[in-house]
Amino acid sequence: MIAELSYWQETAIRVGAGLGAVLLVAGTLVYVHLFKMVSFMQSRLGPMEAGPYGSLQLLAEVGKHLQKEDIFPRKADRFVFAAAPFVVLASTFLLVVVVPGGPDAWFVNNDVGIYLAMAVSSVSVIGILMAGWGSANKYSLLGGLRATGQLIAYELPLILAVVGVVIQAGTMNMQGIVFAQAEGEIFGWGGIGNPYILTQGVAFLIFLIAMQAELTQSPFDMPIAESELVSGYMTEYSGMRFLMFFIGEFATAGVFSAVAAVLFLGGWYIPGIDPTDNIMNVLGPLVMFAKIVILTFLVFWVRFTFPRFREDQLQRLAWKFLIPLSLANIVVTAIFKVWI
Amino acid sequence: MTALLAAISPDADIYVAQNVFFGLIAVVMLYSAYRVVTTINIVHAALWLVLVLAGVAAQFILLGAEFVAVTQVLVYIGAVVVLFLFGIMLTRASLGDDETVREEKHAMAAVVGVLLFSVMALALIDTWGDDRIVIDEPQRVQEVSDAIFSRYIIPFEAVSVLLLAALIGAIVVARKD
Repeated sequence: MIAELSYWQETAIRVGAGLGAVLLVAGTLVYVHLFKMVSFMQSRLGPMEAGPYGSLQLLAEVGKHLQKEDIFPRKADRFVFAAAPFVVLASTFLLVVVVPGGPDAWFVNNDVGIYLAMAVSSVSVIGILMAGWGSANKYSLLGGLRATGQLIAYELPLILAVVGVVIQAGTMNMQGIVFAQAEGEIFGWGGIGNPYILTQGVAFLIFLIAMQAELTQSPFDMPIAESELVSGYMTEYSGMRFLMFFIGEFATAGVFSAVAAVLFLGGWYIPGIDPTDNIMNVLGPLVMFAKIVILTFLVFWVRFTFPRFREDQLQRLAWKFLIPLSLANIVVTAIFKVWI
Repeated sequence: MTALLAAISPDADIYVAQNVFFGLIAVVMLYSAYRVVTTINIVHAALWLVLVLAGVAAQFILLGAEFVAVTQVLVYIGAVVVLFLFGIMLTRASLGDDETVREEKHAMAAVVGVLLFSVMALALIDTWGDDRIVIDEPQRVQEVSDAIFSRYIIPFEAVSVLLLAALIGAIVVARKD
């Protein structure tokens, strides 16, 4: 179907689908996990008034934030303060482009794939520093600095965990990684392919922990620790700009989960169906969506279960435990790749 | 202007879209680079530098060098500028303009800049001359890694030893005991 369209039509469809994917996933996560799952865990119902079972609550919240005044602190650096949420959100939208949903249902299918994802995810740090500094508020600045220290520290285990998968798949292309898993075999049995969670289980755990820290979700929420820093780098934001940080937080959770699903859970393929079949362009995105919801469920389950780390514990976990462990994982993977 | 007209004529042998975007990105880069050295607000200078480096990455993509472009973003924007900003904000996070920056040695910097530019321009002209480089498709990552780990293995190893030395040196300097 897509082959009949001209290049610009195809590109327009892919861009639109990318925007839709980010916002749809973010909205689903806020409603299913933040509004409902957490409420049930705490023995309450959550929002019930707007729409059936409160399903339109999110639209009401967006409407509320859109009407609010866009407040600038008097001493703030106006341009930097105003631009910061856009930088953070841009990082999220750049991140989603590498995630594939089917044999033809991809946004960008290039050779650098996962490497591109790791690179653009580090751009959000600049937005957070801009927000923290531009607010002219010492709590914001402290939050921004904490966030930066944390994101730099946990970016390393994140990237090093990915390296194991890249070695095993022999490619950085996200589609290539999916196909490598779909065509893989477990001791000669190819019934369900070979999702890399089986061979890269350690890397998967490291990736999930580092992902939790990159998303600054509890127990890694030192940057926005509300009892110490009001709300960290987001303290001075209101209205639309606060909403952008909020969307960015949940959309990034969804997109990181999608990346983890591709790397470790096999991405969009279904065992038993030929991965190049056209039907996968319809089923693949649904499979991806299900895996995203499952992985983000883990993220938010942990978020609402554990208390936050102290700053030194947080740094020690990254530098003294996760990084050596992921380096050992790379060495072991490389040895198996060469000798077996 | 003649070059532009030649570019839009149908039988022209050059990549029109690439040239247009090269020009646009180059203008943004030049203005940002000018602002990096003229603004007296240090944080603003670092943020303008982000635009310059992002422009370099975009130019690499126009040349089909995806891997280099992504490395540019990861290393320079994601790490180097972030460390700049981190250092500035930890030490002298003065909001607004910093008058002490105005007295920096502009003449000296201009001389160094001109020298560096002429060396790089000479090297480029000497290497490529009037050659036209045809870019049909983006460079494969596999080609890059094959080149690094076969033909350029010795420079690669030398650089990694150098980086390791720098790493150990940083730890030694930072240690208190």
